[in-house]
Amino acid sequence: MTQVTAPLPPRTALRRAALAGFGGMIGTAARLGLGMLIPDAAIAVLIANLAGALILGILTARLPASDLRVFLGTGVLGGFTTYSAFAVDAVQLWGASALLSFGYLAGSLIGGLLAAIIGLHLGAALGRAAHARRAS
Amino acid sequence: MSPLIFLLAAACGGLGAAVRYLVDVGVARVAGTRFPWGVMAINITGSFLLGVVIGMLPDAAFIVGAGFLGGYTTFSTAMVDTVSLWRDGERRASVFNAVGMLVLALAAAAAGLALAS
Repeated sequence: MTQVTAPLPPRTALRRAALAGFGGMIGTAARLGLGMLIPDAAIAVLIANLAGALILGILTARLPASDLRVFLGTGVLGGFTTYSAFAVDAVQLWGASALLSFGYLAGSLIGGLLAAIIGLHLGAALGRAAHARRAS
Repeated sequence: MSPLIFLLAAACGGLGAAVRYLVDVGVARVAGTRFPWGVMAINITGSFLLGVVIGMLPDAAFIVGAGFLGGYTTFSTAMVDTVSLWRDGERRASVFNAVGMLVLALAAAAAGLALAS
């Protein structure tokens, strides 16, 4: 989540926009590549969205707000996951099968939230393990 | 698909992500609240625009739709923000961020598709 703190200096904001853009290019390429491997577009988006929510949970727990987190989180994972394709796919599926569409929506939302929760816990546990290693 | 088209779509996704970052930071500054209005606005407008692109410009769907709008909108941030709001005791904001965004984005996508048909 965007922290509400003092406004970023314009140079920092522009540098981070460029980092988000570079990361977003990598994430988008990975999502499009996944789409070529998996013939069903909606399934490919579902996999990208769940995996992305899990990894972003880990990153959010591990990394402070920084250039690296903007590059990896906002950029790579933000570009890897997508909401627009998810919403349009669900609407188009609704025309074919309301049940399938509802299952897709519920699976994405519940699965996505669970993935984020697991990721945040995993990230916190990894942080504690790293801290214990440093302390010992 | 030619490698050039693939690279172009990926570059457009990067552009979308950069725009998302700037909209998110800008909206946070204007709104002045912790609630992620920026991502809400991005995902709703992106869903609407993807509906329009798929309906009206099917030839541009890969580069503009899967590329730019795919990079512009984000699912992972919406999920992690929803969990963060819930953990911080902002339960109503959390539910709105999950269910409200979903309903509004679906309505926007349906409206975009309907506009084109």
